[in-house]
Formats: sequence, C-alpha cells, structure tokens
Amino acid sequence: MEKFVLKYFNLLRTIIAILIGFAISVLILVIVSTSSIESIKYLFLGPFMSVSRIGNIIELATPIIFCGIAIAIPFQASQFNVGAEGTFFISAAFGTAFALIIQKLNLPGFIYIVLVLTFATLFGGFWGFIPGYLKARFKANMVVLTLMLNYVAYFLSIYLINYHFRDKSAGFLTSYRLPENVFLKQFIPNTRIHIGFLIAIASVFIAYYFLYHTTLGYEIRMVGFNFNFAKYSGINVFKVIVLSSVIGGSFAGLGGMAEVMGIHRRFLWQSLPGYGWDGVVVAIIGKNNPILIMFASLFLAYLRIGGQVLNLLSDVPFEMVGVIESIIILLITAEAFLENVKYRITVKEAEKEAFKNESLS
Amino acid sequence: MNPFLKSIFSTSFLFSVLRVATPIIFPALGVAISALSGSINIALEGIMLVSAFTGVIVSAFTQNLWIALFSAILAGVFIASILGYFSLKLKADIILAAIALNLFSSSITVFLLYIIAHDKGVSSSLKSLVFPSVKFAFLEKIPILGGIFNNQNILVYIAFLSVFVYYLIVFHTPLGLKIRAVGQNPEAASSVGVDVVKIKLYALILSGVFGALGGVYLSMGYVSWFGRDMTAGRGFIAIAASSIGGNLPLGTFFGSLLFGVVYALTNFLAPLNIPSEIIQVIPYIVTIIVLTFYSARVSKEKEVGEE
Repeated sequence: MEKFVLKYFNLLRTIIAILIGFAISVLILVIVSTSSIESIKYLFLGPFMSVSRIGNIIELATPIIFCGIAIAIPFQASQFNVGAEGTFFISAAFGTAFALIIQKLNLPGFIYIVLVLTFATLFGGFWGFIPGYLKARFKANMVVLTLMLNYVAYFLSIYLINYHFRDKSAGFLTSYRLPENVFLKQFIPNTRIHIGFLIAIASVFIAYYFLYHTTLGYEIRMVGFNFNFAKYSGINVFKVIVLSSVIGGSFAGLGGMAEVMGIHRRFLWQSLPGYGWDGVVVAIIGKNNPILIMFASLFLAYLRIGGQVLNLLSDVPFEMVGVIESIIILLITAEAFLENVKYRITVKEAEKEAFKNESLS
Repeated sequence: MNPFLKSIFSTSFLFSVLRVATPIIFPALGVAISALSGSINIALEGIMLVSAFTGVIVSAFTQNLWIALFSAILAGVFIASILGYFSLKLKADIILAAIALNLFSSSITVFLLYIIAHDKGVSSSLKSLVFPSVKFAFLEKIPILGGIFNNQNILVYIAFLSVFVYYLIVFHTPLGLKIRAVGQNPEAASSVGVDVVKIKLYALILSGVFGALGGVYLSMGYVSWFGRDMTAGRGFIAIAASSIGGNLPLGTFFGSLLFGVVYALTNFLAPLNIPSEIIQVIPYIVTIIVLTFYSARVSKEKEVGEE
C-alpha cells in the first residue's frame, strides 16, 4: 500500500485536489441554493443528460486540448510562455484572412483545408518565435513578454478583421463567412463535434511522441529539469528556448484555425476567448504531459458544461465553476501540499527496510 | 492649429490622462515593489477586482467610506497573502498560483454579485458610495495647471502621494533596504540574517495594498459601480508600466502615464477616423522593446561582473 502511494503520489495528489474541489462545490451549493440536491445533480450529472450536452463537452475540450499542448511544450522547458491566448487568436484571424484571399483559386476542398491549416500552424510558430527569440537572445522575461504579445495579437487581429475583412452586412464585428469547402465537417448528428477534435487527438499523440521519444523533446525536458546541468552537458539552450516556443505556438495556431473552420465558420471573436488560459489550467492539472492534458481538457470541459447546466436550470450562477477550478489549481501547484504525508510514508518505508535488513544480518 | 493637435494640448485632455492613468499607477507600484523583492506578481488583476468589489459591497451596506476603504484594502491584502502563502510556504510556482488567483477573483466577484444583487453584470442596483473630487482654492487661480490638476478625484491625489510613499519605503526605510537586498541576492541577504521569506511576504502584502487602492478607485471614483471583470487587463498593463520604469518610483509613474496618454488618445481620436487599434497597440510594443533593451543591459552587466 505504502509503496503504491509513493509511486503514484503525484496522481493521487491531483485526485485529492479535485475531490476537495468537488467537496467545496457541494458545500457552496448546500449554502446558496434553495434546492441543493437538484443543483448538485445538475452540476455533476447535467453534462451527461443528453447527446447534445456530451457533444458540448467534446466541442469545448477541442480548443482547450490544442492550447494545453501549446502551453505544455514551453512549460516543459521551464519557460513560462503564456502566449497561447494571443497566438490562438491572431493565427485564427490571419488564417481566416488567408482562407478568404485564396478563395478565388477554387482549390479542391482537401487541399484548401490542408493549406489553410498549414498556414495557421506556421503563423502560430512565427508568433511563438518572437518571445522565444527575445528570451533566448536578450533574457527578457518570458511571462511579461507573452502577456504583452497577447495584447499585440489582439489589437492586430481586430484591426485586420475590422478594416480589411469585415462583413458589413452583419450587425456586428465579424469577418466574411468562409467558403463551404474549407469547413471542417461536423460528423456526429445533434452535436457540433468536428474534424478538429480528431486533429486535436492526433496532436496529443504527436506532442507526446515529440516530448518523450525525440532528441529535441528530451533536450526540452532536460532544460526544464535542470537548466545548468543541461547547459554544461552541451545542450544548445538557445535552440531549446526558441524552438519550444515556436512548436508550442504552432499548436496554438492550428487550434485557433480549426476552431474557426469547425465551429464558427468566420472570425467573430471580439475579445480574447480565454482558451489560452484554459490551456494553462489543463497543463497544470495534466503535469505538462500531452496525454494527461487531453483528459484534463475533457475534465475541465465537463466541469464547465456542468456549470452551464446549473446556470440554466437552477439559481446558482455559472461562475461557481471558476471558483472550484481555481482552488483545484492552487492545490495542485502547491508542491508542499500533502508533502508531509509523503514524508511520513517514506520514513515508515525506510524504517521497515532498515528493520528487515537488521533482522537479516 | 489643426483640431487634432488642439485637442491633445487642451487641458481637458491632460485632465483625462491623469484620470485614466490612476488605476494603472496603483497596481504598477504594487508590481514594482514585489519585483524589487524578486517575485513577479501577476495577480494584481485579481487583487484589484476583489478590492473594487469589496469596496462597493461594504459601502452599500454600511454607507461608510472609511469602513469600505479599510475592508477593500483587507481584501486585497488577503489575496496577496494567499499568493504569498502558496508561493513561499507551499512552494507553488508564483506565476501559476497568481493565474489561479486571478481566475478565483474574477469568478468569486461575479458569483457573489449575483447572490447579493441578483445581477451578473453590474452592481448599479446597490446604493454604493464614491470618493469625492477635491477642489483646491490655490490651484483655481493658476490658469493651465489648475485645469489639469484641480477637481480630480481624491484618489488621484492619493496615487501621486503613493508614488512618493513608494519612494520613501524603498529608499529610506530598513524594510525597503531589505526588500532590495532580497531581490538582488537572496543568498547574501539570508547570510546576514535577513529572513528572506518574511521580507518577500511583506513586499507582496504592500503590493496588495497598492493594488487594493487601484481597485477602490476603479469602482468608487472612476465609475460608481462594480462591473464584471472591470479591471480589463489593468493588472497586466501595470506589469508593463513598471517594467518600462525599471521598478523605480518616477519611472513607474511615467510608465503608467504613458498608458494614460494612450487611453486618453483613443477616446479623443475616435471622431478622427484613425484606427484606434493601431494607437492602442503602441504601448505594448514599446513595453516589449524597453523590456528587451533593459534585460539585455542587465544580463550584460551581470556577465561583465562575473568576469
């Protein structure tokens, strides 16, 4: 038992943090809701009550998975690049512009789609290159850089859409509609689950393979694990910092464009949609491991949809979910949370071992 | 003179620069003091929101400005202390903990606003108070300066005062000395008996106080209500303002004014058909450039020092 606990300590700690989050949400619902039993049911079971809601979970998880990977790759190198928010946005804006421009070429659907997605991916990589290079070359602070770049991305995108691709027949700020042959098909009836979800799953495995089975992935993790050791053992730290940022950015870019082509079919965001921050949340819950991030994204989407059902059918506002999320993240990031339990178990194990050795000798 | 230049050099323009710079000056001082102690505090966004909210709610229920102000400061310090507790005691990464706290603040304020006022957008149904504007008799007689500086909200003057207080704390108190020492070289500070964790916590608490004042100004001076996510990124912009100013008192002040000018400009330019996005993006680009140059210089100095 003790050995099991030590082996899976991190996973158990995450689960305990989530359970504490759930316990607090039940407590809040008991206090504020007039029909708490109903509300608890809506929050936890609501997301599974119909096909379209299960669909909602997957639809919402799709952009979060992309941003989670985008955040995790630089985080693995201990680079606090929080630029996924802006990269997602600006790649979607420029990708939309690109798709509208090459519309006239009348390309066959498949080639058109691949071309637009590739463009957005490259654009995301380019946008990720900026903070990566400034950090690696000038040692500028990554968090501050990427926070500022998110604003730059936002204003440039709004400018691009507002002044050059704005559909004036619509009553609000939005781009022209994309042509139908560049849509990512929604393939399950009664839901909006689209091909982008499959691309997200593929990205998870590509990112996993990249991080754990390639030299560059190993170097990225090494730099994150011990910067000085990595440096003195001959790893090109400059390259790692720049490339982790570029590769992270390209996943965010791909995700942004897939969201436009799969769900909205036009660029209609007027403020940053927040998927980049969700990406940080799932990267934390998933410990920067792409496969765990996929599950964390589905979990986060499940929580959010539960919050929406709660909001719709009871007297409790949606924002309760944010409170729970933040408590879960705080507990997971606290390295010392439950550390004393681990310590005690370790000591116990060691004593047992020592006792065994003594009795043998 | 062309109408554009005329409007920029008008006293009403400069008056509004001070008005819109104030909610950046406060959190920028907060970012600066924690940066001097070596922590990057990106939780000012959350601190401001919680304080803005607390000020409105408490003033609506007590009808007392002082109690409202005091509670708002306590609320800001509370969030800053949680950040300190998790990052310093529980060894959470301060960036991640701050991201969690921003999310927490954004959600809890809307959640409670709905519970208390049954509205998820604004608190206008509550009868909350505002801080008064102040008229100085001596400023009235001075032509241009009077138009710019007179009749501002009292918290605008407190923002100026805070820049001075920040200067005094950092450069003329033992605490300020310790904060700078801890930020520059924690090992050395610790070897001469400075409690690094405690000093970093104090710096974060002070940062909470500054942030709280910024939040109070937003909901009880700048406007007279609390609105969902009303900080609108000012906590992050504050990071830019203090980086432009190298975390120094006057530098941080002028960094904040730069953003004030840009915001006021976008309001004044609206009728002139110049894309406001292009104006609005400038300060962020300036921040990136300044930050890059500043970091390049610091890292070069360090390398020279090492040789």
